[in-house]
Amino acid sequence: MALMNLIGAINHTLDYEMGRDESVVVFGEDVGLEGGVFRATVGLQEKYGAKRCFDTPIAEAAIVGTAVGMAINGLKPVAEIQFSGFAYPAFNQIISHVARMRNRTRGQRNLPLVIRMPHGGGIKALEHHSESLDTLLGHIPGLKVVTPSTPYDAKGLLLSAIRDEDPVIFLEPSKIYRAFRQEVPEDDYTIPLGKAKVLKQGTDVTVVTWGAYVHEVLKADKILQEEGINAEIIDLRTISPIDGETIIDSVQKTGRFVVIHEAAKSFGPGAELIALVNEGAFLYLEAPPTRLAGFDVTIPLPRGEHHYFLDADRMAAGIRKVVRY
Amino acid sequence: MLVEQYGPLKGQMLQIMDETGFIVQPDLVPDLSDEEWLELYKTMLRTRTADMKALQLQRQGRMLTYAPNTGQEAAQVGSAAAMEKNDWHVPAFRELGAWLHRGVPLETVYLYWYGNEYGSKFPEGVKNLPIAVPIGSQLAHGVGLAMASNIKGERDVTVAYIGDGGTSIGDFSEALNFAGVFEAPIVFIIQNNQYAISVARHKQTKAETLVQKAVAAGIPGILVDGNDLMAMYAATKDAIDRARQGGGPTLIEAYTYRLGAHTTSDDPTKYREDSEVEKWKPKDPIKRMKAYLISRGVWSEEQDEAFQEEYGEYALEVFRKVEAEGEPKVEDLFKYTYKEMPAHIREQYEEYLEYLEGKVE
Repeated sequence: MALMNLIGAINHTLDYEMGRDESVVVFGEDVGLEGGVFRATVGLQEKYGAKRCFDTPIAEAAIVGTAVGMAINGLKPVAEIQFSGFAYPAFNQIISHVARMRNRTRGQRNLPLVIRMPHGGGIKALEHHSESLDTLLGHIPGLKVVTPSTPYDAKGLLLSAIRDEDPVIFLEPSKIYRAFRQEVPEDDYTIPLGKAKVLKQGTDVTVVTWGAYVHEVLKADKILQEEGINAEIIDLRTISPIDGETIIDSVQKTGRFVVIHEAAKSFGPGAELIALVNEGAFLYLEAPPTRLAGFDVTIPLPRGEHHYFLDADRMAAGIRKVVRY
Repeated sequence: MLVEQYGPLKGQMLQIMDETGFIVQPDLVPDLSDEEWLELYKTMLRTRTADMKALQLQRQGRMLTYAPNTGQEAAQVGSAAAMEKNDWHVPAFRELGAWLHRGVPLETVYLYWYGNEYGSKFPEGVKNLPIAVPIGSQLAHGVGLAMASNIKGERDVTVAYIGDGGTSIGDFSEALNFAGVFEAPIVFIIQNNQYAISVARHKQTKAETLVQKAVAAGIPGILVDGNDLMAMYAATKDAIDRARQGGGPTLIEAYTYRLGAHTTSDDPTKYREDSEVEKWKPKDPIKRMKAYLISRGVWSEEQDEAFQEEYGEYALEVFRKVEAEGEPKVEDLFKYTYKEMPAHIREQYEEYLEYLEGKVE
């Protein structure tokens, strides 16, 4: 066991898997010599050589496109997109090829690749550095979309992602890269993709969230506990495919449902989850299932971002409203 | 024509003034008076001073991330100076000298790096596009502006900027190709400052020069000493004149060096040797232009120092104003998404205002 923050756990996991499996290669902009702008890949080039950990020219489409080729030719590429907001040039590759190759070739060509990217906002960064892509990516059949909320989960989920035979988009909440440390086992363990985690059992309302917001929801929960509201809190962990079972079981117990996400509200994952709840737990509901999400506007620059991102108080207010409905 | 002598495959770099401020190509010195050169030099000095002030403020935690321009002032000011007011300017994100020359207020620039959207709104009549953070994405906009000038029969030319790293992205090749096909009146300026964050220029492309990428697009190109104000002015003026006369696009590689960090978020000592930086310091564009102007008797060390001090104070004053007024209003988040605010956004806005009011009580 070692104490690690989230970025340290990512670095450790990449190191671990590169050491274990020679077919794992890691690349992206500033990933090699610099070790990544967030230091996720620091030391890997030194340890495994520039053939297995390397800098690429600035070309997101080619980063993902070459990952497709490498995956077809026997490697396990772990490509980094420097910020999720820079992923858009790669969307042609992601949507047209990464997501479809297995289906297109009737299972002959599968793509065991991972695309990692810092994700979400609240870090007072420039434009395009605070984007939430869970909506866009979650909508594409053929992709698995995963996001950890703790160092422990980061390792278990990333190992599963690298070893998965399908392409996985790994969204790393940059806001909590260095927020806290946690004991992370240095040996092998995986956390299954597609499984949500019940963080806290409760009776009054089911609250689902993921990524950096998990920690804000836990703060909101403390506020609500003082008022006698006992929420069940679920970390979705995998945005696609969604673990509907865990959520529906929970809502059948609590009768109320709130989903909280950074991405803009309309057409977001919240809408999808509410549809699932309506389909699977309609007769159990005591209040309208509710989304607490980003406004339907472009994510503001740093000076205005505190209005966009929900803090624990605003989350608590939203949850309270559903409980008191 | 300069492009014939200094074309992409000639292996030559246009330089008019050397590192010491000595004119090595007297025939090519653009026809500007000493006073006009001095004015451009002052803009370079404003750029440097505003940069230093911004870095200082950033270290104090008052400015957010900042992308410094130090070392690239000649490439920026020289190219912008060759433009007419009515021409279009399309930046990447490291063109402060060009913005100041074009009349973008320092307040707007600081507001941008302070993290406020109004930093992308320029005064009426300043034909500049806002900063484009997604690498290379702005060049096609430039080509579009230029194509529109052609279609409308107007004489405006567009000058669009990109960095050395940006030449690797597909958008760069697509924009050059379009410009060639449609004979768009545009000048592309690559500020080759040798680094894309940590990735050195030689790792960005196997091509010997960046300007040779013009060859495949079938357009003229020229390699220029980007730290030479006169050479940058001359090359850009030559390209703009040709574009205005219907001669189509040109690619200029301004060979320069980023003396500072990519932004305040990175540490250049992690990816380059100090000795390399030391090697570039004597090539400082400000140093050589200052030496030239002093030799012409129109400027002095004392004036130089006084000017920097005065502008530094002005910059601080401007920043204080930004600090005092730079917090966005809640309505600013919502009201620019569409021309008319749709019902669902209005609802979100009003609900949020209600929440804020409740919090105050």
